[in-house]
Amino acid sequence: MTQRARLLVGTKKGAFILEGDAARDQWTITSPLCEGWPVHDLIVEPSSGAILAAAGSPWYGPAIWRSDDGGSTWTHSSAGLTYGDDGPSIETAWSLAVAADGAILAGVQPAGLFRSTDGGATWSHVEGLTNHPTRASWMPGAGGLILHSIVPHPTDPDRIWVGISSVGTFETNDGGATWTPRNVGVRAGFNPDPYPETGQCVHKLVMAGGGQTDTLYQQNHCGVYRSDDGGATWIELTENGLPSEFGFPMVSHPRDPDTVWTIPLNGADQGRFVPDAKPAVWRTQDRGATWERHADGFPQGDAYFTVLREAMARDTLDPVGIAFGTETGQLWHSADEGRTWRMITDTLPEIWAVEAMVVPA
Amino acid sequence: MAVVLLPRSLLALFPGAERRYELDGASVDALIAQLDVQVPGLRDRLVDSGPRLRRHINVFVDGDPADLTTAVGPSATVHVIPAVSGG
Repeated sequence: MTQRARLLVGTKKGAFILEGDAARDQWTITSPLCEGWPVHDLIVEPSSGAILAAAGSPWYGPAIWRSDDGGSTWTHSSAGLTYGDDGPSIETAWSLAVAADGAILAGVQPAGLFRSTDGGATWSHVEGLTNHPTRASWMPGAGGLILHSIVPHPTDPDRIWVGISSVGTFETNDGGATWTPRNVGVRAGFNPDPYPETGQCVHKLVMAGGGQTDTLYQQNHCGVYRSDDGGATWIELTENGLPSEFGFPMVSHPRDPDTVWTIPLNGADQGRFVPDAKPAVWRTQDRGATWERHADGFPQGDAYFTVLREAMARDTLDPVGIAFGTETGQLWHSADEGRTWRMITDTLPEIWAVEAMVVPA
Repeated sequence: MAVVLLPRSLLALFPGAERRYELDGASVDALIAQLDVQVPGLRDRLVDSGPRLRRHINVFVDGDPADLTTAVGPSATVHVIPAVSGG
């Protein structure tokens, strides 16, 4: 069966869906979806093909949006998405993932995890993370105290990793009742102790492809890392040729556990632009031992944009297609695993999230 | 019965919801509770934890700024308006 790619784009002013042709060469763009709400993340529910969006309106609060018809119509809910009347207000829903048992997981700001077993209609608080003994020491990063990365184990519903800005990575093996910090080997260069138990500013957490479930990669405020033991320890990869320790997005190959893509950015206090104003996507095919720079199709200078942590995605086609969106509203795509790039559009609002799905042509 | 007027942006979130409702309720909170019965999920859009009105949602009872505890008379007009402060 011929397949094609569909890109889901979350922006400051709504979600957009781009329908690609079979060659991933021509794309059509919808008008703003989810009533123009700020959308931080979009995922696809594998069991149904439904699209879910994590969003937060400055007027109407946080909500998870759901479309069961490819984005034509949407419902939304935040029932149960609360820390209770005695707890802090939830500003926005920030991240989504689907656990191995089909439950939908949502990360919110201020950082916390919620679970839905009815497709997002109602939510329950995963209190074990919020009540972690280190909670009192959690400090927000520049963007806030955000649970932005959720990595469920593909077959074990009780095993989940999460990433929280300026706090670090945590893992549960009991469905969220208890959590263990997973930050050994990860630098917190802004800290007097550069290797604390928690306090690392993880930007993006991904699992290796190809079923290698104990291999994780991370783009951090202070470097790029790989873990070969499920996050228990991390090896820094930054000095293996990357131009910067700083960056936000990262995606892993769907089938090759040794391949990961990232977009390094210049320093946190230097504008967070692409280094030297020259956009490039960097790929490793050997687990981070070496990195290739790919810039074919990008401007060769004078490019001052940032790509945020959720704004990069890959499809599962062969060759893998990759897309990323910028804070300047540009959406870029590669149909050859990052070797060459083409801009699909440069007229979207500030892009916060990109997801790629595959549909029948 | 009090008249409650809802804004366009809120109606857009709930297909089938009306701009104008006539409801019995002694307080703003009571009116919102009744609205939530007729439009499930609407309360979550207006009320934050506390409970209190969401920061950028203004409610006026007969033209006066109100909160959830504000009393509502039997013939009052209640406006729900997204605040300019929200963007």
